[in-house]
Amino acid sequence: MYTYSSAYINYRFETLAQLMACASPLRSGDVLAGVAASCETERAAAQHCLADLPLKTFLKEDLISYDSDEVTRIIMDSRDREVFRDQESMTVGEFRNWLLSEQTTGEVLKKAAPGITPEMAAAVSKIMKNQDLILVSSKIRNVTAFRNTLGLGGRLSTRLQPNHPTDDLKGIAASVIDGLLYGSGDAVIGINPATDNLNTISDMLKMLDEIIRGNAIPTQGCVLTHVTTTLDLINKGAPVDLVFQSIGGTEKLNASFGVSASILKEAKQAAEEIGRGSCGNNLMYFETGQGAALSADAAHGVDQQTLEARAYGLARAFDPLLVNTVVGFIGPEYLYDGKQITRAGLEDHFCGKLLGLPMGMDICYTNHAEADQNDMDVLMTLMGTAGCNFIMGIPGGDDIMLNYQTTSYHDALYLRRLLGLRPAPEFEEWLTAKGIFTPDLLPAENQRLQLGEIKGGLGL
Amino acid sequence: MSIIGNPWTGLKQYTDARIALGRTGASLPTAEHLDFQMSHALARDAVHQLPDYEALKKGAEEIFQMPCPLLDSRAADRTVYLQRPDLGRRLSRESAAALKADGEGKEYDFSLTIGDGLSARALEGNLIPFLKALVPELTAAGLKSAPPVMVRQCRVACGDEVAALQSSKISVVLIGERPGLSSPDSLGVYLTWAPEPGETGDDKRNCISNIRGRGMTPEEGSRKLVWLLKESLTRKISGVALKDEQQSLEGNTIMGELD
Repeated sequence: MYTYSSAYINYRFETLAQLMACASPLRSGDVLAGVAASCETERAAAQHCLADLPLKTFLKEDLISYDSDEVTRIIMDSRDREVFRDQESMTVGEFRNWLLSEQTTGEVLKKAAPGITPEMAAAVSKIMKNQDLILVSSKIRNVTAFRNTLGLGGRLSTRLQPNHPTDDLKGIAASVIDGLLYGSGDAVIGINPATDNLNTISDMLKMLDEIIRGNAIPTQGCVLTHVTTTLDLINKGAPVDLVFQSIGGTEKLNASFGVSASILKEAKQAAEEIGRGSCGNNLMYFETGQGAALSADAAHGVDQQTLEARAYGLARAFDPLLVNTVVGFIGPEYLYDGKQITRAGLEDHFCGKLLGLPMGMDICYTNHAEADQNDMDVLMTLMGTAGCNFIMGIPGGDDIMLNYQTTSYHDALYLRRLLGLRPAPEFEEWLTAKGIFTPDLLPAENQRLQLGEIKGGLGL
Repeated sequence: MSIIGNPWTGLKQYTDARIALGRTGASLPTAEHLDFQMSHALARDAVHQLPDYEALKKGAEEIFQMPCPLLDSRAADRTVYLQRPDLGRRLSRESAAALKADGEGKEYDFSLTIGDGLSARALEGNLIPFLKALVPELTAAGLKSAPPVMVRQCRVACGDEVAALQSSKISVVLIGERPGLSSPDSLGVYLTWAPEPGETGDDKRNCISNIRGRGMTPEEGSRKLVWLLKESLTRKISGVALKDEQQSLEGNTIMGELD
């Protein structure tokens, strides 16, 4: 039991999960789950109470039982007990101060990361302001590599997302060409397929492989299908660069996705065996998002932000190339408006970075959320300053297959120009060597030659 | 002119994606920026504007030659509806009581629940054409429909309660789908065998999605629905099991996204 008392106010929180949930900044998903604070005073009281909690509490007390949940087991068993030992005696409030201190550099944070649990990260994020989340995140660079190097300081990469509602290969190719000529695609060229038909997905992988190899592009391709489908395709000899999977913070949620740690491990090994990387061997691509657990009835009374951080605990056991929090996709019953989406995005990015992950973000919204392009402009600008590894790039920001809006090729140009950010170094070299970009990192005014080269290989 | 165009506008023949938009500096040209704003405005209004329920009710009554009561879910308004899907899945107590009184002692093959869902424009644009195509098919197939009901602030699972109160074997729900920027007016159809209010999983539902001017025609949607109704009644199933077979029989059923 946890209590907060002052002259006029007394609050009691029966469990650690309840304390964490009540300390969370307001969001509709926690209200829907019935775990949110009943009023602002209760929330502030919970935050006070949480700040006084020793970090060690999270090593002694499971939010979701170790015996019944493999995500808890992975989090606890894979934790490095040495690297964070000096800080373990801090309270959550002291942890915030330590994170923000000028002595705590990016190097220090990187060294401590393997000892920090998702629950510790989630707890401290709940008592941090948006600017705290941005400032601490901006200190941390989590660098990964496959065919290029992602996440370096001063760099911002994009996933080129060329989706088509009927998986039409020519339609997809048209969006890929558009994206490449706008300088998008260094994180990955990643297609969400409309079906899970094995032949269709195999054809998409072959096309991506032809584009990437045919034009010697230092990047990787991916079709975002279920991990078991990817495994099938690897076994059939398809050109698989990355293994994609949506994951969540509880075993039950992952079961609803049809995945477990052992399936992920099997697929990772299979992809490592064909080893198509040239710069490095990070080849897992995970997507996550607050609210997924509740919508699958797999939340165990834990608030959605803590569950999201637990998904990162699972992700880091697989040394991923990319982790993408799809922040506004799930809808207003989990994140109601631009304000809640912005806050969730900053929390997700911070928690992932603190845990050592290469965080990117699908800065997005659906048409039934109280959000619009202006909210996305704000969040993407914040993400640029916070040092986000990658964002999405999609023609005009309009995904005609998934029916939502995310960031566009133009948005990446804007963000790079505003903040002086550059694409991944190998990809930047390719863009300028090919004459797709000018030296000041805008698309060249005349791209007929480059268009002809890419198009020619595709028979369009 | 400060706009730099793209020499690949010809690729637009392959996709509706917003490609070859051109640029000014790092930014979208004014015309393309405002086009996007208009598309978003249409989708937003589809979510937030109310359909003309009275006119739709009258239209449905004429086609079915039966009364079509106008009911409410437990979500009082759009703001509540968007944040509390659980309330949109239940009839208000008054509506449930009224429907129960009407349905006493009768039995039907299926109930038809017409719901606003997430797009008013889906109902306004597509409901009446769909019903006009559907009713002759139902008559030809000898299927017995309960009096249709229209539910304000409705989600798919609300039809489970309607079917239970009307003593129907199957719930059919016609509902406005979550609007996309290029498809703000898409009507979805959900069919559920022996629905149990509050207990029915999404894997028990069949969906016919994207009924709209530039998508599936009302005639095609009606044929698919009548096929599903007949199969479901004969085999006493719905959902994933039925979907697989329909795909192999018909080739191209699109599964939509619930709510």
